[in-house]
Amino acid sequence: MSIVKSVTCPICGCLCDDIELTVENNEVVKVKNGCAICESKFIGYRGEHRIKTPLMRKNGKLVPVSMNEAVHAAAEVLANSTYPILYGWSSTSSEAQRVGVELTEEVGGIMDNTAVVCHGPSILGVQEVGIPTCTLGQIRHRADLIIYWGCDPWSAHPRHLERYTSFTEGRFEKSEWKAYMQKLKAQAGQKKMQSAMRIESGRTQLRPQTCSIPGMPQTMSKDGRKLIVIDVRKTMSAEMADYYIQVEPNKDYELMQALRVLVRDGELDVDKVAGVPVEYLKQVADALVNCEFGVIFFGMGLTQTAGKFRNVEVAISLVRDLNMRTKFSIMPMRGHFNVTGANVVSAWQTGYPYGVDFSLGYPRYNPGETTCMDVLLREENDASLVIAADPGANFPKKAIENMVKHPLIVIDPHMNATSMLGDIVFPSAFVGIEVEGTAYRMDHVPLPLKKVVEPPKGILSDEEILTKILAQVKLIKSKKTAKKAEA
Amino acid sequence: MVELLIKNGFVFDPINGINGEKMDIAIKNGKIVEKVTRKAQLIDATGLTVMPGGVDIHTHIAGGEVNTGRIVRPEDHVKDVVSKTATTRSGTGYSIPSTFVTGYRYSKMGYTTVMNPSMAPLEAKHTHEELNDIPLLDKASYPLIGDWWFVLEYLRKGDLEGCARHVAWMMDITKGYAIKIVNPGGLESWGFGHNVHSIDDQVPNFCITPREIIVGLAKVNKMLNLPHSIHLHTNNLGLPGNYVTTLETMKALESVPYEGRPVGHITHLQFSSFGGDGWGNMKSAAEEISSYINAHNHMTFDMGQVIFTDTTTMTADGPFEFTLYQLSGHKWVNSDVETETSGGIIPFHYKKNNAVNATQWSIGLELALLIKDPWKMFMTTDHPNGGPFFAYPRILAWLMSKKAREATLKKCHKKAQKKSLLPSIDRELSLYELAIMTRAGQAKALGLKNKGHLGVGADADIAIYNINPETTDIARKYKSVRRAFKHAAYTIKDGQIVVKDGEVVGNVSGRTMWLDVQTAEPCRIDDEMRNKFKEYWTVEYDNYPVTDHYVKVKDPIIVKASV
Repeated sequence: MSIVKSVTCPICGCLCDDIELTVENNEVVKVKNGCAICESKFIGYRGEHRIKTPLMRKNGKLVPVSMNEAVHAAAEVLANSTYPILYGWSSTSSEAQRVGVELTEEVGGIMDNTAVVCHGPSILGVQEVGIPTCTLGQIRHRADLIIYWGCDPWSAHPRHLERYTSFTEGRFEKSEWKAYMQKLKAQAGQKKMQSAMRIESGRTQLRPQTCSIPGMPQTMSKDGRKLIVIDVRKTMSAEMADYYIQVEPNKDYELMQALRVLVRDGELDVDKVAGVPVEYLKQVADALVNCEFGVIFFGMGLTQTAGKFRNVEVAISLVRDLNMRTKFSIMPMRGHFNVTGANVVSAWQTGYPYGVDFSLGYPRYNPGETTCMDVLLREENDASLVIAADPGANFPKKAIENMVKHPLIVIDPHMNATSMLGDIVFPSAFVGIEVEGTAYRMDHVPLPLKKVVEPPKGILSDEEILTKILAQVKLIKSKKTAKKAEA
Repeated sequence: MVELLIKNGFVFDPINGINGEKMDIAIKNGKIVEKVTRKAQLIDATGLTVMPGGVDIHTHIAGGEVNTGRIVRPEDHVKDVVSKTATTRSGTGYSIPSTFVTGYRYSKMGYTTVMNPSMAPLEAKHTHEELNDIPLLDKASYPLIGDWWFVLEYLRKGDLEGCARHVAWMMDITKGYAIKIVNPGGLESWGFGHNVHSIDDQVPNFCITPREIIVGLAKVNKMLNLPHSIHLHTNNLGLPGNYVTTLETMKALESVPYEGRPVGHITHLQFSSFGGDGWGNMKSAAEEISSYINAHNHMTFDMGQVIFTDTTTMTADGPFEFTLYQLSGHKWVNSDVETETSGGIIPFHYKKNNAVNATQWSIGLELALLIKDPWKMFMTTDHPNGGPFFAYPRILAWLMSKKAREATLKKCHKKAQKKSLLPSIDRELSLYELAIMTRAGQAKALGLKNKGHLGVGADADIAIYNINPETTDIARKYKSVRRAFKHAAYTIKDGQIVVKDGEVVGNVSGRTMWLDVQTAEPCRIDDEMRNKFKEYWTVEYDNYPVTDHYVKVKDPIIVKASV
């Protein structure tokens, strides 16, 4: 039995790196410090869905083949295609992503990552107006106003609050954990009192609202760090917030523009914006302007609802305006543990963060034309390689139908929706559990991923599989050029 | 290993005092040697100029800040694309080229060693991952230390030895090469949106002044015997009237014993030499700055020359980028790094018909020409802040030809023309002086013993240019000389030909250099320190260092410290 400390968790963009694992007989048996998702991955990753050997579709069925045969077949597919899509990359190491860019360049394809279906619009917004941001520790030490907009950290990034924002102890700002616990206790007490009163009086009516709008307090006065959650529904995170603002669906853009007007000392001649009374918005604007250091975290509630990248652009513009009055930052809540890395690696090698088209021999980038989704919906693809993502489970039907019309290579540890549709399937080792590597946190801080157990026998890492395919593609191509030269 | 013999070139090797003599250079196993066998491959350099490979002391080519610049500016790449060839990778260029293109373009100009001057320690792994992808060059990075909380706390206590041990440890775990200080105190203040405005302002919450940080770290640098001095980006950079701060900074550093080696390097001096008291009457203070420098020997400098083009400014000086944002309203990136530093990016178009931009252009050249000793002043653009590095040949033309300067000046804004000192300066630099400003001087200031010269034992990093100093009047024929510097006839890296006739023909990875500083008593990493680490950062102590995994070709330089 051995204990491995300071392990980085390969799940979400938080990249908590304080996980302590107990390893026994090449198996993780105990997880300390992690959230529920973390624990289930480290303990449950071995499961029954693990692919054990390379597979190829023969007579309509996936049958086991040798690694060599699979590599040769995959290289043939890629080398002979004219417009292949190489998609995924967000749940693997930046080392593998580097090889991926080279492979895509070699075959003249599309290099795209999962940002295209999550925070791609954030990148477009950033390309319009820039982004005032910071690393997460800066928020821990300094932020006295924390806003989550269109995201639910308590469910999707469970330790975000505890490690980086409201419930951490910083140099200049203290943790709100105790205050929150007291609030919980008080609420529980209140509930008990009310139910006791109900039983006593035999009445069944709901308790009276403290505010005309559910969940909205009358003033924004509170000492210490303030936590505001803005969302269309009352999520778990909203329950914990000091202030919750319920925005009407698809009205985030209006709400933010209204806040911009107020922050710039303008007047609004309506009573409500996006379902929120202007009187209340004025208090929110005051809180924004009067904080020492504020931050907005946003999720797919902004990027994938009406307005898309315009929502992000206006959110950043609000933060730009606020910086004229105080210090303010903004940050996207990135999902997959290394989707940020996929953007970062692609950018340093090509200049562009996602949706890069190599078909002309140099990198080209024009979302709306060059992302894998654009190509799939135009039916221009003639082969695909999917790695470290599962588009079969979450892409639009038409896109995935077009993908499977042509040869599909899948590299994944699991038999997921995409691998079941694949023609050539490579099993890979888990990055951050069975192989080491590097991942980038949502604030672009790089962290090492550890190898804590040995991968199953014969299972290679993403990087190794890609390197083998790349070498074989180069060989096929050089033979082709030699033949041409002879002719 | 292949042997090479470069025959009959005009050799400019200022460190060894060789000024355009016709000589042969012999190369074996990547080093310069006395002689080679007859089997050696011959390069006929008759009528060509041979120099040591170029050295760049300050160029932002890799790391978080640079890469964010790439992500934010697709419009910058689309106008300058680079196709894949049989030997080279594809990429994009202009003001923030992708990594491979960076390597190729430097090499095409005859450069072989570059220094990446701005690395947030927390993101050092990222910088090194990118450096691994920059081919054909030797590289190193300077970690940002001036606003690092530990350093501020040591210096406030006056514990220089503790600070020195800590900095030594820092160099090792970040794989860094020199102490970089940016707007000392200002970056910590920027954490809450403030700044410091003189070297004697108090840094909020830390009871320390920029003066104490600069002088303290210069002393630490001395105690550690680091090969380069402190590398300093001054307070108030880029603001009218800031030359006063620059003079005070240089005077403050007089208190550090000189002992024959510079105690500080002020980088991109142009941005720190503004006169006037507002943008309306902003003017050059090159005269005041250069007369001080000509009378003192304790520091070195680089230009930070401005090129008239669309470029991207990026610096750890977050508050300065915020000033630019207020001025331009352009897209703006701010990126503060916990406990360590800050950063910012603003796209910027330097225009000839803008009085301030044209004056900045003039200041850079005035400084380079008025500072008499070329061993003190080096050529840079602070890439990409003043302009992209591949514009260097244009700067060389301005330095060696009054005619070239006049041709540009007469297209500049009238106000800038009137205020410019350039018409009064007749100095035209020789190839020998240019060799000092672009390689020998930089290598010497960096303490790189095997670089910047062609003596026996030096690294075989060599540039050959199509310039015949006997038949060419470089001041009159500046256009052809500019072309020659843009496309080296040959670039040789570690004894291998990597560029021929301006095209990349070879592939060498290039090494990453860092300092392995050996102190008598190592920095103690005890529980107290680990606890502090937990308090200060959001990453674990074990995950913070840059391990060997992150350096592809390793070149640690051992330094014996005197503490």
